[in-house]
Amino acid sequence: MEAPTLVVSSSPHLHAKSNTSAIMWNVSIALAPAALWGVFAFGFRALLVLCVSIATSVFTEWLLNRISKEFTIRDGSAFLTGLLIGMNMPPAVPVFVPILASIFAIAVAKWVFGGLGSNWINPALAGRVFVFFSFTGLMSNYSLPRFVQSVDGISSATMLTTIKMQIGDSAIQQLSSPAILSEIGYPASQFSLKVSQMLGDALSPYTIDAFFGLVGGSIGEISAILLLIGATYLLARKIITWHIPVAFLGTFIVFTWMFGGLRNGMGLFTGDVMLPLFSGGMMLGAFFMATDMVTSPTTAKGMIIFGTGIGFFTFLLRYFGSLPESVSLAIIIMNIFTPTIERYVMPKRFGEVAKKSVKKKEAK
Amino acid sequence: MQRIATFRKGGVHPSDRKALSSSCAIEQLPMPVELIVPLSQHLGAPATALKQKGDTVEIGEKIGKASGFISADIHSPATGTIKEVRKVTLANSVACDAYVITVDNDAEPKQWEYHPFRALDAQEILAIVQDMGVVGTGGATFPTHVKLMVPKGKSVDALVVNGVECEPYLTADHRLMLEKTEHILDGIMIVAQATKPKKIIIGVENNKPDAIQALRAAINMADYPITVEPLKVKYPQGDEKQLLKATIGREIPSGKLPIDVGAVVLNVGTAYAIFEAVVLRKPLIDRVVTVSGEAISTPKNLRVPIGTKVFDLLSFCNGTSRQPEKMISGGPMMGFAFFDDQTPVTKGTSGVLALDHQKEHDAPTTACISCGRCVAVCPMGLQPTKLNKLIEHARYEDAMKLNLMDCKECGCCAYTCPAHLPLVHAMKIGKKMGRK
Repeated sequence: MEAPTLVVSSSPHLHAKSNTSAIMWNVSIALAPAALWGVFAFGFRALLVLCVSIATSVFTEWLLNRISKEFTIRDGSAFLTGLLIGMNMPPAVPVFVPILASIFAIAVAKWVFGGLGSNWINPALAGRVFVFFSFTGLMSNYSLPRFVQSVDGISSATMLTTIKMQIGDSAIQQLSSPAILSEIGYPASQFSLKVSQMLGDALSPYTIDAFFGLVGGSIGEISAILLLIGATYLLARKIITWHIPVAFLGTFIVFTWMFGGLRNGMGLFTGDVMLPLFSGGMMLGAFFMATDMVTSPTTAKGMIIFGTGIGFFTFLLRYFGSLPESVSLAIIIMNIFTPTIERYVMPKRFGEVAKKSVKKKEAK
Repeated sequence: MQRIATFRKGGVHPSDRKALSSSCAIEQLPMPVELIVPLSQHLGAPATALKQKGDTVEIGEKIGKASGFISADIHSPATGTIKEVRKVTLANSVACDAYVITVDNDAEPKQWEYHPFRALDAQEILAIVQDMGVVGTGGATFPTHVKLMVPKGKSVDALVVNGVECEPYLTADHRLMLEKTEHILDGIMIVAQATKPKKIIIGVENNKPDAIQALRAAINMADYPITVEPLKVKYPQGDEKQLLKATIGREIPSGKLPIDVGAVVLNVGTAYAIFEAVVLRKPLIDRVVTVSGEAISTPKNLRVPIGTKVFDLLSFCNGTSRQPEKMISGGPMMGFAFFDDQTPVTKGTSGVLALDHQKEHDAPTTACISCGRCVAVCPMGLQPTKLNKLIEHARYEDAMKLNLMDCKECGCCAYTCPAHLPLVHAMKIGKKMGRK
């Protein structure tokens, strides 16, 4: 036997053949339908923003690779960060905004802390929040998709912002959120009006618009159904687990239903759940941002605590905060808690139950 | 539909690759011209040499004496002359003295006489098992007589026999269950005579329906009080702790033994060795070894004298069909990679594998992204990623506080790690440094 050609290494000698870059590329694939829908809905402008974000992220990573003497483009994480940043931009934003967001995400949020795996904050969210607070006006300028006829011209606020602005107005006291929109004549698509009618008004047309992505918003967050399809793909491939999204959305639903009506001058347990669930950054945040592996806990119990926290803070910020940002900030708040959760939440150790029951027996 | 028993926490599903050798009946390997018989083939202290260079030995003669409570006797697997006593390194990196025996091929084959066993009491059975040098053949090679000694004040609720064989490629136990069914059952009944369990269960992974059927048929014939429990195919189903969880629903607390939850666990191969020891008074001088892997020309299950060199095994299987990238003693999940074809088969060698396509398994490592997969698959409820980071920073005591010692190196974490981190390697280092 030609001894020198044999490899000697520690067990195990088999591997599931998974790898980090496959995870990253799969997440990008899962995001693709929603991103393409954004391009379809908002046109060339959206495509430009997406491309600029991705290119800047990858280029920044490449430049920093020169310094740290490694090559990490192929792991797909910079591409994914760029894609997420692009999807989080309003379609009409000037291109320097996604460029700045991407540089901040890769260089400051990720590289400074030691690169992939060492960052405490989700880089894409860090980039988004950075530009949001720097250029709040530009980041709040949303255009409607091509399917919806705007009432007052070119641009319009998103549903959530509109609702928030109307809340102070005493004229619309004691109306649910969809009712407020309808009261002030917020545009809805012909499609959703028909579907809503067919369902006997069980769902408001605005909810249906939000579910299918016929609303204004960030490029990649408008279509709940396409994001859910992508999420199903990730769950099926076992790239993400149910813990974070279910805990997040579950907590948000419970709080919204219980206390969501208070803001509109209504009683407890009257909050409208469906519209807030499918609008804004909920789906994108729950399935693609909160589940970022690096910045979320590793244990199942930890993930549930983490998701519950995001759900709670999202509710709080959305209903009682002054900013339209809620999901991003809620996730970042919980990113801060992740190391603490990791420290104190342990998985149940094998044999632990037996020990306790032995002690109980002894006590008897 | 009846629910198939299994352990709940963690586990992985590697492709089992057993089809390579599962239909190959056990063949007797012709006696090689030279054997290398190490004095340390078991867990615990090495045996003391009883023979010297130049001495003649007879098949079955005791040539090594147990040197402590946890230790085992060694017997000569052949008749011949001791050419020399020299240091060898075994596949598991244990360095010890070994006899090099030149086999006398003209010696008369030994006839093993039948001894009735029904009248033996516990003490007598233990004495015979000890005298015949029986150790666990599943891989851990714990001296069997120690295992069968029920401490005062403890009783055995369940005797659980391990026919799981959850390591990919290995089919030695599977073939043994098919071909030596009655002998295994007799071996189990001998153990039952010694330990007086309230119930006896054989756990077999569900991918061996023929073995389950054969065992059940033989149990019916002999009218033994044994149940066969089919278990879900999931690695590491065959680990003592997972097996007990699956079969009797009890968890062995950290640092404790099966007897602490009222159980004795035994491999089917060990049961067969006990049968041979007690009924034939034949020491543990040979065993069944699976020779398999994609690079082996003709995979086989072989009955092999202890001390046979891997070279002789490979030659009998027509060598390798292509250059293997890795040679492994044992299974691919927990076995040891070795490089010397003069490495001998010991009492714990369940398989010899020649694997290729290793490059896709041994991919370069990347940064940990805290995906938590290692935590999800760890059957012991540990956090391999956290332990790995502590061990990397030489914080062994902190790692011990996170129950590093509970790790049994099953390999689920490293198998599943998308960053290809050598987690088991880290655990091994951590445990070694932590003990100091």
